[in-house]
Amino acid sequence: MSHARDPVWRFLLPSCVFVILFSLYPIAESFRLSFYRLILTLPWLGQRFVGWENYQDLGSDPVALSSLVTSLLFVAVTTPAEVLLGLAMALVLDRSFRGRGWLRAIVLVPWAIPTVVASQMWRFIFNDRYGLFNFLLFGDATEQYWAPLAEPGLALLSIMTADVWKTSSFAALIILAGLQTIPGELYEAANIDGATAWQKFRHITLPLIKPALLLALLFRTIDALKVFDLVFVMTQGGPADSTNVLQFYGYKKIFAEGMIGYGSTIAMVVFLLSVGLSLLYIRLLGARLLTQEARS
Amino acid sequence: MRRLGFALVIALVAGFSLAPFLWFLLTSWKSPTEISAIPPVLWPSFHWGHYGAAIVKHGLLGYMANSALVAGATTLVTIAIGALAAYALARFHIRWAGYYLILLLALSMFPQIAIAGPVWRLLSALGWLNTYYGIVAAYISMSLPFAIWVLTTFFRELPVDVEEAALIDGCTRGQALRRIVLPLAAPGLFTAAILVFIHAWNEFFFALIILTSPGVQTLPVGIALFPGEYTMPWGEIAAASTIATLPLIALTLIFQRRIVQGLSAGAVKG
Repeated sequence: MSHARDPVWRFLLPSCVFVILFSLYPIAESFRLSFYRLILTLPWLGQRFVGWENYQDLGSDPVALSSLVTSLLFVAVTTPAEVLLGLAMALVLDRSFRGRGWLRAIVLVPWAIPTVVASQMWRFIFNDRYGLFNFLLFGDATEQYWAPLAEPGLALLSIMTADVWKTSSFAALIILAGLQTIPGELYEAANIDGATAWQKFRHITLPLIKPALLLALLFRTIDALKVFDLVFVMTQGGPADSTNVLQFYGYKKIFAEGMIGYGSTIAMVVFLLSVGLSLLYIRLLGARLLTQEARS
Repeated sequence: MRRLGFALVIALVAGFSLAPFLWFLLTSWKSPTEISAIPPVLWPSFHWGHYGAAIVKHGLLGYMANSALVAGATTLVTIAIGALAAYALARFHIRWAGYYLILLLALSMFPQIAIAGPVWRLLSALGWLNTYYGIVAAYISMSLPFAIWVLTTFFRELPVDVEEAALIDGCTRGQALRRIVLPLAAPGLFTAAILVFIHAWNEFFFALIILTSPGVQTLPVGIALFPGEYTMPWGEIAAASTIATLPLIALTLIFQRRIVQGLSAGAVKG
């Protein structure tokens, strides 16, 4: 068709402008700033090139190191939990029963709720004086009540719980889409052969939804690495930095303390971590898809 | 027996998804003494005071109007720009179309903190901090990758014959897009629009750093920074949260089929 009359650039230019101004330029700028000392509260210092100094500082900053561990721990606990729960819910939603549409809509509710609202909700459930959590655990014995959000290990666990509740349904949807591509004849053939439910799951369902499972894992990992809203509302990174994940630490450095250079260094670490993890999954996923195509 | 077991499983899934929010909803209708009662009061006395306080004292409707404006504008512009790009990627034979799509996918995975500082400084230089322009511009660029992916998938599934006939009759690509493709793709556009709207309505991180003056803040910022000095006003927070969430739950219940379709088009086919 006549490209002279409809040059391609006219269609792509608007999207490119946004992508360049608000994604590509900022990431390049963050990278550049991570080699500078720039502190907004000390403007007379100006912007000074310091080479790898920020990265070295990061290596000897105990809060940064514990943030890194907290972030990785958060990813390592929540993503498998979400994918497993998502798989369980997807298996239920894949059956045909009356009211399936309703159940699917209900499962979407946690996904649709603003994360900030979910955070306040769970903060109330974990309240030390009249939270539902304490009542379910200790009943009327108020003297035994815990303050989960004020105790280091429990605070992280509480945020993980809220995250699992909020995002398992997203994993369920992706896995459900995978389940629905499995042709019914496979199960019929297995029935004729007298396969048990477990054998069918193990040898038909699981291999065929592996790409969907990996995809759900990928999306949840990337997202869990970005956890911010829950931390901001439920604990502000406390107590004693025990829930101070990387994205929150970077936010505090840049926006609360004005340490643009050092904050950008933290930002680059989060960025590289998510790039690394994505590449790993894409490798796994790519290999899976290729072997699957070869088999079919 | 097996049917009973399955019914139990269904109840469990529904309870897991709904119970925490229902508890918050019931809290919004409790009087202050009912909220702090031990053992907890299950059924509230339908006290509407917290809703009144959330709306009158905390100006919730103002936050709501800001959210509606920001999410609405984001959705309209994102879908318009996204449709243009997706049409070119789906129909023009561009050699690097695949690379552009992969770049977009990569961008959508960036952690917000990786771009937050420079975006803030850029908007500051433009004088766009604390403006609707600023937040909408940031949201458009965050939603574009998803919108372009989903719309490209939808456009590729549309039949090309009518369009080609129109092009032969002398339509430009732009006219073909406006008169033929967009009407045919309306369901896809709508699906993408719902998802972009929900994302913009719920977004918190950029709203927090770009909108620091209360007059322009959106609902998530208002709810996260809910003022409470010594005791948290849980009833008011629950009421404000309910008001912020109801439009979304309504959207989800009405359009669940489209949402599921859109999410899996964005995820699985992509």
